[in-house]
Amino acid sequence: MRRENEKKSFEQLLNREGVQSLIASFICIVLGLLAGYIVLLCINPAGAGRAIVSILKNFMYFPRPAVALEYFGSTLAKTAPLLMCTLSILFAYKVGLFNIGASGQYAVGAGLSLYLALAFQMPWFVCLAAAMVGGGILGGVAGALKAYLNVNEVIAGIMLNWISLYSVNMLLTKVKESSTTYTGALRTNSPGALLPSMGLAGLFSGNKYVTIAIPLSVLIAVWVFVVMEKTKLGYELKATGLNKNAAKYAGMKEKRNMILTMVISGCLSGLGAAFLYLSGIEQWSCAQTAVPAMGFNGIAAAFLGMLHPIGGIFSAYFIQHITSGGSYIDKMVYCSQISDLISAIIIYFCSFVLFFKVCMKRQLSKKKGGQ
Amino acid sequence: MGEFAIEMLHITKRFAGIVANDDITLQLKKGEIHALLGENGAGKSTLMSVLFGLYQPEEGKIYKDGKEVEIRNPNDANDLGIGMVHQHFKLVECFSVLDNIILGMETTKGGLLKKDDARKKVMELSERYHLQVEPDALIEDITVGMQQRTEILKMLYRDNEILIFDEPTAVLAVQEIAELMQIMKGLAAEGKSILFISHKLNEIMEVADRCTILRKGKYVGTVDIKDTTPEKLSAMMVGRDVSFTVDKKPARPGRVVLDVNHMSVASNRHKKDAVHDVSFQVKSGEIVCVAGIDGNGQTELIYGLSGLEPLSNGTISLNGQDVTRESIRQRSILGTSHIPEDRHKHGLVLDYSLENNIVLERYFEPEFTDRFGLLKRKEIREYAQRLIEEYDVRSGQGAVSVTRSMSGGNQQKAIIAREIDKNPDFLIAVQPTRGVDVGAIEFIHKQLIAQRDAGKAVLLVSLELDEVMDVPDRILVMYEGELVGEFKPDEITVEELGLYMTGAKRREQA
Repeated sequence: MRRENEKKSFEQLLNREGVQSLIASFICIVLGLLAGYIVLLCINPAGAGRAIVSILKNFMYFPRPAVALEYFGSTLAKTAPLLMCTLSILFAYKVGLFNIGASGQYAVGAGLSLYLALAFQMPWFVCLAAAMVGGGILGGVAGALKAYLNVNEVIAGIMLNWISLYSVNMLLTKVKESSTTYTGALRTNSPGALLPSMGLAGLFSGNKYVTIAIPLSVLIAVWVFVVMEKTKLGYELKATGLNKNAAKYAGMKEKRNMILTMVISGCLSGLGAAFLYLSGIEQWSCAQTAVPAMGFNGIAAAFLGMLHPIGGIFSAYFIQHITSGGSYIDKMVYCSQISDLISAIIIYFCSFVLFFKVCMKRQLSKKKGGQ
Repeated sequence: MGEFAIEMLHITKRFAGIVANDDITLQLKKGEIHALLGENGAGKSTLMSVLFGLYQPEEGKIYKDGKEVEIRNPNDANDLGIGMVHQHFKLVECFSVLDNIILGMETTKGGLLKKDDARKKVMELSERYHLQVEPDALIEDITVGMQQRTEILKMLYRDNEILIFDEPTAVLAVQEIAELMQIMKGLAAEGKSILFISHKLNEIMEVADRCTILRKGKYVGTVDIKDTTPEKLSAMMVGRDVSFTVDKKPARPGRVVLDVNHMSVASNRHKKDAVHDVSFQVKSGEIVCVAGIDGNGQTELIYGLSGLEPLSNGTISLNGQDVTRESIRQRSILGTSHIPEDRHKHGLVLDYSLENNIVLERYFEPEFTDRFGLLKRKEIREYAQRLIEEYDVRSGQGAVSVTRSMSGGNQQKAIIAREIDKNPDFLIAVQPTRGVDVGAIEFIHKQLIAQRDAGKAVLLVSLELDEVMDVPDRILVMYEGELVGEFKPDEITVEELGLYMTGAKRREQA
């Protein structure tokens, strides 16, 4: 009897939405790792086990806790921008729009914040605001095209991605180092534009890339959650996304809502870029010919986090964790592209999370039907 | 060889929390038209899904020609010769009629399509059963009636013996319904067995041989049509007597609430105005009905009145205030309620919960949103629960049910609750009883009349002649975008009304 009760409560647990999401996400991660491992085995069986472990260990690769902590800080510093892109994607997605233009908005955010920092020595908050506005405007363009001309936001987004990438390259060439293709380092050229650390660096063995961007991005995730679930604005935006005819019928300004969604989504992506580049951890290469991957990784992180802003915090961290971990693969055994390849495979599997959830639901309902 | 083409014996199908089919038996004789009658949510769709292999029943057996069969999926059903015309057609819009009919059954030679044989067979079938179609026309270009004939040909092309029609008349115009009835009788005479799902009693009375009635998932009985009356059928379906005539006191019209002057609305489809130079008034305490055949500008008239489409000419005033240029929201606040024609397109956000849909037009009011822009979830829940109770809106999980999972009739009740509870001065109801069962129709009519008696101005748009004759106090007939006559219900017959609706007669307004 008792065992039966236990079984029942276990099944009830399995039927809960949140638990299913968690399990599905977990399955994705395991399968992704497994697939990555198999690829490593195919390339070179000897180092495969070590390689996959170093991906998983990331900063724990360093035996000394102080050093590990410092590198943990770097991973977090890169998680913040990814989290912003994740939020950007899921915000638009919840409103029925697929913001594949997040990468372009991210590029514009990087371009504006770095240009203002390096050319005009603007303080960090001005650069931050500019990145946000720039990303927002670009998102708004895609939104307006959709609202007024019914141009699919995916097509518009992809086009705008390339336009913004090359525009930003052109703009930032003016402030690049003379000897390399990279933009000037903020620390030497415009220290006022660096995001303040507020003592956070001290917590991570003095890692100076650890800035207010990290807590800020988490706060923004909570803000996105509140807006989506608790506010009038979120109610309106979601209604518009789910059925724009009904939204219009109910007196909502459905075109405005669509544009506003893309503007907010763009702001989030733009801000993400500022979070990365204004921490000084990376410099923009004006010779890059690929749209920043951050925006696309945001898609995988959004799905892995089950399209929930709080889930996004963890999934963004996980994806950044393995992306950073990839760089610790032994380059003597594997070629240098392998780290990106393995991270890509794992990320690819992460986006299957909805598929697994559907499978799981089907299994559960079958079981119930059979009783 | 038994007498029955299909027997479904003691079928029980449970879902989480509810028994959708509780010990239901349905026996379809060869060559008969067998009606399946029940309210929304009575279990008709579930039973058909079981027959089609979409669901597996927990209990019960299915026999085909006296042999027990197991139907695990729609392919099994198809192999057994069971075909279905769904309420919403399953046709490929950009394919031709012929391509749609042979889809999935293409004859090929060396990987290339061989359509000549197929065309011959389709044309033979078309002639034999009087199913007129244009084989090379694209689906998107042909009438709904011809689309339905395409669906029927699809079943015949597959040599199906058992044909299921799921509310086939809901989408048809009056003449097309008569045609379909003839087609169904012809099919039965040729030996096909037909299951006819409907809530329209007059159609069942006209075409069916026998009728099986379900109520709340339970089997009520099977009757011979020749031994029964519409009143008996509806009593069996609803479980109580339903009055077909609408009881109402004489109207006492008061002040003018809606005043429309020379209103025109441009058409999206052609250069002519969809609504042309229309003027009328609706007073408080009266129900005015716009009658007409579908597609004569009623939809655009309502779009113009509610603000969904701009006017190309003319003015609208509400309670003496000019609202011609006001937004939809503003008109709503000024006292317009609108029960829309298409509840899925305009009336509901189907993936929202019931409570979210109930506040769809009021969420921004201080009652439901605080000054920080946060929704007051508790108040919304309480408000939704009050309306659900008052209007008897049934759903799986109450206020939090996903609206998509609810039956059509209950979705409509939710909209009606929302629109009436807004306490409007002017209520627009467009085909409010479309696709809902007899019990719900009676309820909706009562609500409209209660609104009238409470001093509201009600504008009803209807395609159902019974409704046009019974409910309103005045009838306006619309033909090709213009008002061609105004009558009191007791001074005109249905036949005469038909002449106005088809444009054969017109009476200039004073």
